[in-house]
Amino acid sequence: MKHTSIEKIIINNLKRDNIQANDIVTVNVDRVMIHDIFIPFVAEKFEEMGFSKIWDPSKAVLIYDHLVPASSVEDIRHFKIGDSFADKYEIKNIHRSDGICHQLMLEAHYVKPGDVVFGTDSHTTTYGSIGAFSSGVGYTEMAAILGTGQLWVKVPETVRVTVNGKLPDNVTAKDIVLRLIGDLGADGANYKALEFTGSTIFDLSIASRMTIANMSVEAGAKAAIFEPDEKTAEYCGILFEDLPKISGDRDADYVNEIHYNAEEIVPVMACPSSVDNIKPVAELEGIPIDQVFIGSCTNGRLEDLTVAADILKGKKAADHVRLIVTPASREIYKQAARSGILNTLISAGAIITHPGCGLCCGRAGGILSEGERIVATNNRNFLGRMGPASVDIYLGSPAVAAASAIEGKIALPKP
Amino acid sequence: MVIKGKIWILGDNIDTDIIIPTEYLAMKRIEEMKKYAFSPLRPELAELIAPGDIIVAGRNFGCGSSREQAPEIIKELKIGCVIAKSFARIFYRNAINNGLLLIEHSLIPDLISEGEYIAAVIGEYIEYKEAKYDLAPLPPNLMEIIEAGGLVAAMKNKNI
Repeated sequence: MKHTSIEKIIINNLKRDNIQANDIVTVNVDRVMIHDIFIPFVAEKFEEMGFSKIWDPSKAVLIYDHLVPASSVEDIRHFKIGDSFADKYEIKNIHRSDGICHQLMLEAHYVKPGDVVFGTDSHTTTYGSIGAFSSGVGYTEMAAILGTGQLWVKVPETVRVTVNGKLPDNVTAKDIVLRLIGDLGADGANYKALEFTGSTIFDLSIASRMTIANMSVEAGAKAAIFEPDEKTAEYCGILFEDLPKISGDRDADYVNEIHYNAEEIVPVMACPSSVDNIKPVAELEGIPIDQVFIGSCTNGRLEDLTVAADILKGKKAADHVRLIVTPASREIYKQAARSGILNTLISAGAIITHPGCGLCCGRAGGILSEGERIVATNNRNFLGRMGPASVDIYLGSPAVAAASAIEGKIALPKP
Repeated sequence: MVIKGKIWILGDNIDTDIIIPTEYLAMKRIEEMKKYAFSPLRPELAELIAPGDIIVAGRNFGCGSSREQAPEIIKELKIGCVIAKSFARIFYRNAINNGLLLIEHSLIPDLISEGEYIAAVIGEYIEYKEAKYDLAPLPPNLMEIIEAGGLVAAMKNKNI
């Protein structure tokens, strides 16, 4: 029997010989993530369900990121409820200001290749970048997982996405995933897994694979999955020989196959106000902007800040443009400080904000005003996401964001 | 389990903002919110829906945000079940967890008329105008959640 990557992870999790797409199975959960926005609801439902202990407190991770630092007095309540829930049920894995949940779950090695992981956030698909099956759930379900260690899932059908060849200069993982979402549509991968393969994919860093896995949910995907390789082993701090074999069989039952030549991919943006409204940057050049945001769980890693710093080195953001840079974690923040990247960005006029979800989820750290336009590297451009509904959000790569900051209008990076 | 009710038809991509617009989410109780259900699309609908009625829709019902209030409101309106060609993933799970029965069916949404009656014998068939259409059984674990009245109640039953 031939299987897709996700099917192999689930077979291994269940210790069964065989499963197939659309089977409903109950998986054993290897790790869960709860963030500050939903912890009060999870805590309430958990006690209402009558549980007296967490199935395995060492497998739960609590991360404060959406409300850090607090921007309204009510925010503190979430931290207090989180702290007392953790105390009462012996959760030791708490991060109170270390960065964005999806970055920390991988950076701090909470997730390993082959794991089955759920989080109270739709972008939990990010962990597919290292070969884990991970997806978002509601707070009621999270409460049930905490009590039982299990969750039912429908084994997803898989779409195989193959990208071969060498990406042109200034074309990045962000452009690949935006192009894919444009081609699939915002519900094109609903219920399904997106399995990524091809020479271009194996050439990508783990950080770039995270960008693609993160945004896969914007096409409705339940999960994204990348085959673990030497880079995965190094990132996860495990021996290559010890990696589980998670590779989709060539003749497995894929529901759809999509092929791209890397050479034909161009810098693109998701235009207002849907993630599948994709246009080449070349067609958007010259649109005046008020703000640029480089950060988020999609594009706030060291390689993203490095790309931006290389473009901004010795230059300045346009006078009227507010350039906001948010490293995805404290660790990235430290590395960017040590390597001089922060200095370059600050000298170019950037406002550096603390690692967290702030601006991306529209809570703090650079909200826009009526009728303004922003070029941003995060994952959603829904109406009203970063301010009033009249704000136009253009999503693109860090390279396009940096080039646009200098010009004060949407611009392609210079070759 | 037999569900019989009058049909209300909705189209494709009924998103969670149509089911309950964001502006009403801050209300304290679901009961207060329910009269605004589907208001961007059909403001009169919530008042017309009677207990036991059935919603039939097209593709991707419940797409958009993960708000659990969306299925809670449909449940509060005492809709018997929602039949659609497909459901958005997080809505599907949130609905089951709140004890709202969903039926995926590829043919029914194209066959029916609003105001007519339809019956579903869960796990067996759907009956419409004396014709019967096969209905795949829901897995026992999901039926257990629905029959208990939602995931909180189902867990409570197990923990007692």
